[in-house]
Amino acid sequence: MAQLYDRYSGIVYSVALRVLNDTGAAEDVLQEVFLQLWRNPNVFDAGRGSLGAWLSVIARNRAIDALRKRKPMTDFDNVVLAVECNLESEAGRKVSIEKARAALTKVPADQRKALELAFFQGLTHTEIAAKTGEPLGTIKTRIRAALTALRKAMTEK
Amino acid sequence: MNDKIQPGHEQYAEDLALYALGALEAGSCAQLELHLKDCPACRSELAALRGDAALLALSVSGPAPPQRSRQRLLSAIADIKKEQPVAVRAIPVRRPWWSFAPVFASLVLAVIAILLVRENTNLKQANEQLTAQMIQADKESQKAREIMALITAQDAVHVSLVSTKTPPAPHIKTIYQPRTGRLVLMASNLDPLPAGKTYELWLIPKSGAPMPAGLFKPDAHGMAMMMPENPEVPAWTELKAFAVTVEPEGGTTTPTMPIVLMGSGQ
Repeated sequence: MAQLYDRYSGIVYSVALRVLNDTGAAEDVLQEVFLQLWRNPNVFDAGRGSLGAWLSVIARNRAIDALRKRKPMTDFDNVVLAVECNLESEAGRKVSIEKARAALTKVPADQRKALELAFFQGLTHTEIAAKTGEPLGTIKTRIRAALTALRKAMTEK
Repeated sequence: MNDKIQPGHEQYAEDLALYALGALEAGSCAQLELHLKDCPACRSELAALRGDAALLALSVSGPAPPQRSRQRLLSAIADIKKEQPVAVRAIPVRRPWWSFAPVFASLVLAVIAILLVRENTNLKQANEQLTAQMIQADKESQKAREIMALITAQDAVHVSLVSTKTPPAPHIKTIYQPRTGRLVLMASNLDPLPAGKTYELWLIPKSGAPMPAGLFKPDAHGMAMMMPENPEVPAWTELKAFAVTVEPEGGTTTPTMPIVLMGSGQ
C-alpha cells in the first residue's frame, strides 16, 4: 500500500485539492480513497483501465461528493474507464500528465470551460447553462465536443 | 467525432458525455441507464468518455500531499490490523448456529436416555405384572386339573347323598357359555345304556331345529363327563332348552324320542 501511495497519491491529492480547494478536505479524500483500496483491493481490476487514471476519477468523484456535502454517489465498482496511458512508472506518469495538459490546451476555451465546470465543480448541464447564460443544448454540445477533442489530441503523435 | 456511436444512437451521444462526468440531470439518467443495459456499444463509448475525463484529472497540477497524510494512512491501516485480532477473539462469542450442534446432540442423547430408562422401568413393571398373572393362571389351571382328575379318576368313589326316602334320580348339569359357545356336561346316576346305544345331548334353540352337542356314556357308577373340543353351536345362540336322548352308537343328527332328561335354557 505504501508503494501504491507513493506512486499515485500525488494525482489523487491534486484532483481532490482542485475540486475542493481545501487542503484538509483534500487530505480526507486522499485518505478515504486509499483506505478503501486497502480494505478491498479487488475493487479494481485491469478491466477497469489504468489504476492511476481510475484512482484519479474515483478521487474526483469523492471530492465532488464532499463538495456538494452529499453521501458518496458513485460506487467504486461502477467506474469503468478506457484510457491508454502509462502511469505505472515515474517517467510514464510524467509523460502522460504532460501530454494531457498539452491536449487540454488544444480544446477551445468555451468547451474547456463547460467541461471544467462539470468535472471540477460537479455541476449539471442545467446548472452550467444557468451559470454561463448559454442555452442547454449548447452546453451539451460543448461538453461532448470538449471530451472528443481531448481524446483526439491525446492520440495525435 | 461520433465514430464510436452506433448509427441510430446519436441521440445518446451528448447525454453519454454528460453522464460520464456525472453532469446529466437525474431525470435523464434513468432513460439512458435503461439503454446502456442493452447496448454494449454505448457502454464502450461511456468507458472511453470516462477515460477522456480521466485525462482531465491527470492534467491537474498541484502540490504533493503533506508527509503527514502518508503517516496518517499507514497508521490507520496499522490500527485496523490491530483491531482484527480482537475481532478474531470475539468470534467465539458470536459462534455460528452449527457450532452448538454437539451441545444439542448431548441434550438430545440425555433426553433419549431418560426416556429409555423410563421405558425400561415401565416394561419391567409390565413384565412383573404378566408374571404374576401367569402364576395365578397356573395355580387356577392346576386346581381345575386336580378337580377334573378327581372327578374322572377310575378309583374315585362317587357318593351322592340324597334323601333316604327317595331313590337316586339321574341328574345332569351343563354349563354353557354363550360368548364362546363352549359347554361342559357332568352327569350322575345315569341309567346304564343297552348295548350299541349312547346318550346324546341336544341344544334346542329358540328358533330352528335341535342341534346335536355331543355323545356321552356313563361309567359303572352312572357318572359321565363331556366337554366337546370343538363346539358346533355358534356363539351367542339363544337357547330354549337342553335335552338328552338315547341314540344309536355314533349319534344322530335329529333326536330320537323320547327325551330322557331336559333342562331349561334360561
